[in-house]
Amino acid sequence: MDYFLELFLGGLTRGSIYALIALGYTMVYGIVQLINFAHGEIYMIGAFTALIVASVLTIFGLNSAAILVIATAAAIVYSSAYGYTVEKIAYKPLRNAPRLSPLISAIGMSIFLQNYVLLAQTSDFLPFPRLIPEFAFMEPVSHIFSSAELVIVVTTMVVMVLLTVFIKFTNIGKAMRATAQDKTMALLIGIDVDRVISVTFIIGSSLAALGGVLIANHIGQINFYIGFIAGIKAFTAAVLGGIGSIPGAVLGALILGWTESFATGYVSSDYEDVFAFALLVLILIFRPAGLLGKSETKKV
Amino acid sequence: MKKLLLFALAAMFVFAGCSQKPKEEAKPAEQAPAAEAAAPAATGDVIKIGVAGAHSGDLASYGLPSVKAAEFVVKDINDKGGLLGKKVELVVVDDVCKPEVAVSSANKLVSEHVVAVLGHICSGATKAAMGTYLAAKIPVMSPSATSPELTKSGEYPNFFRTIAPDDSQARLEIDYITNVLKLKKIAIIHDKGDYGKGLAEFAKGFAEADKKLDIVLYEGITPGAVDYSAIVQKIKQSGAEVVLYGGYHPEAAKIVTLLAKKKLNVKFVSDDGVKDDTFIKVAGHYAEGVYATGPKDVSKNPLAIEATKKHKDAYGEDPGAFYLNAYTAMLAITNAIEKAGSTDYDKLTNALRTEDVETPIGKIKFDEKGDAIGAEFSVYQVQNGAYVEVK
Repeated sequence: MDYFLELFLGGLTRGSIYALIALGYTMVYGIVQLINFAHGEIYMIGAFTALIVASVLTIFGLNSAAILVIATAAAIVYSSAYGYTVEKIAYKPLRNAPRLSPLISAIGMSIFLQNYVLLAQTSDFLPFPRLIPEFAFMEPVSHIFSSAELVIVVTTMVVMVLLTVFIKFTNIGKAMRATAQDKTMALLIGIDVDRVISVTFIIGSSLAALGGVLIANHIGQINFYIGFIAGIKAFTAAVLGGIGSIPGAVLGALILGWTESFATGYVSSDYEDVFAFALLVLILIFRPAGLLGKSETKKV
Repeated sequence: MKKLLLFALAAMFVFAGCSQKPKEEAKPAEQAPAAEAAAPAATGDVIKIGVAGAHSGDLASYGLPSVKAAEFVVKDINDKGGLLGKKVELVVVDDVCKPEVAVSSANKLVSEHVVAVLGHICSGATKAAMGTYLAAKIPVMSPSATSPELTKSGEYPNFFRTIAPDDSQARLEIDYITNVLKLKKIAIIHDKGDYGKGLAEFAKGFAEADKKLDIVLYEGITPGAVDYSAIVQKIKQSGAEVVLYGGYHPEAAKIVTLLAKKKLNVKFVSDDGVKDDTFIKVAGHYAEGVYATGPKDVSKNPLAIEATKKHKDAYGEDPGAFYLNAYTAMLAITNAIEKAGSTDYDKLTNALRTEDVETPIGKIKFDEKGDAIGAEFSVYQVQNGAYVEVK
């Protein structure tokens, strides 16, 4: 039973990690129907920014909680700027182009950003400081569930709830939904569609940055390539849950995390990805739009 | 940008070749087919040596040091007047350690008429590229590809290496666990890659043959995953006393960290993919006590000291992985060209097999299969933030 619980918690952490990145994917897709492949790179840039800021602040001798907050804030601001710029440079000019064009543009952006960080920073793995303190009340269970893992899980849940509320009840959230439904109509009733899309990218990138900091803190190392691998898994999670749906992204990510964890624990880690993707295929056969996705009716 | 630069360079050589043609005295030994007219530089006043490996991508830290090593050796040779009266020139190609890219890198080197290749870095990429080199009769010397098949299968007669093959590491690791650590229950984990899985399979084979160790877990993990807690729980569940890991340092650092966090008291033994200072830097104090096999300590070798000093003077830091092996390979290649008095394939490979050469890893030559005689492994342990040789 202990073993089951450990695997369950491991899967929960892993799923929450995927979810933090998947939320950004799914949000952007929901609004502009674009799979933003550069999202993983924004996440990676967030982690790098946090590392740089944290290293500088450590020299000044701040305590780790203050460093964590400031580094995260810096990462969010910096990543948002990147997300905003990427949208303006790579996606906006292609908004009326066939859907394949922005997709290719996104892949290009992803490769560009990876290599940019490789050249501007380093190809080496860098140690990421453990910024999240070990909470005293977690001590008895820290060998099965650490404080960093708790922070990741809680953050993911809070972010999911906030995001849902934001989209349901705020003005800009309503504008987002309107834009998602019909861009032209939204424009006609006076919604600044460009602004809505920019805000979407900024929020998506902020989430990626937040994920970058928390996950890098959990893994303890970063390099320019982390965004790609995490991005692929998060994308899978978003599709599994129904791309475009916010609770769907979290649900999909958690299911993916548990599947991988239990597959490793009870079968073999050799088949971890086999189980994960077999599950994806199965779900897509029976629910083509994903678990919580709405199937689109094609206008002919 | 890179393409443009290469093109400009190629154009320069064409011009250089043309203007110097009348002065050309010695006819090159190899036949010059019509195609060569397009690249007269190949038969002109330079000897081209290819350098192939991962120079970008996540394994770039394994490949870039060999480029630097090759540059230093070539600079020395050119400063002393070159090789066989010709200047030596490097043709550097990046294979990102991917087999599919390695083949096109190899084709590029062949079309550039290199006489020998230093590379590739990863075993998988090397295997993929070997066919191309064999067809073009180009000897290849890797500073780091340790897959035993490369030499033992006999399929790659033009392959040489300045590092001991994987099965020698696995042998050493199993012996060390049995005889020195005196442990019994072993979990063998690998990263499913050519290198890591290969090593794990040898270790498993040796452990089963010896009948002294009890393999409680044998599994592959997915490299680059965000979390390895499930496999760590499984190691815990299996009751292993020692983990033998076949793979590279990024995953090893994650696993070692998790093992410590989950309060598991197990020894961690790994390979020279982990015997990298980046591992210690990334895993921090969790790295303490980790064992890794790696090439024997050469810090007393004068050539090694000189080679390291050159790197420090030029770049202000210690050289990276496989730097000395690459330095050795470059010395061995150029020495063989010198001794053979030609860049002809048969003479060159013969010289590699018969002529001893003083290198940073000691005096070596190559056996029939291409393994270096005189390059061995030792066991290292992380002690106070550095790898220390243990015996």
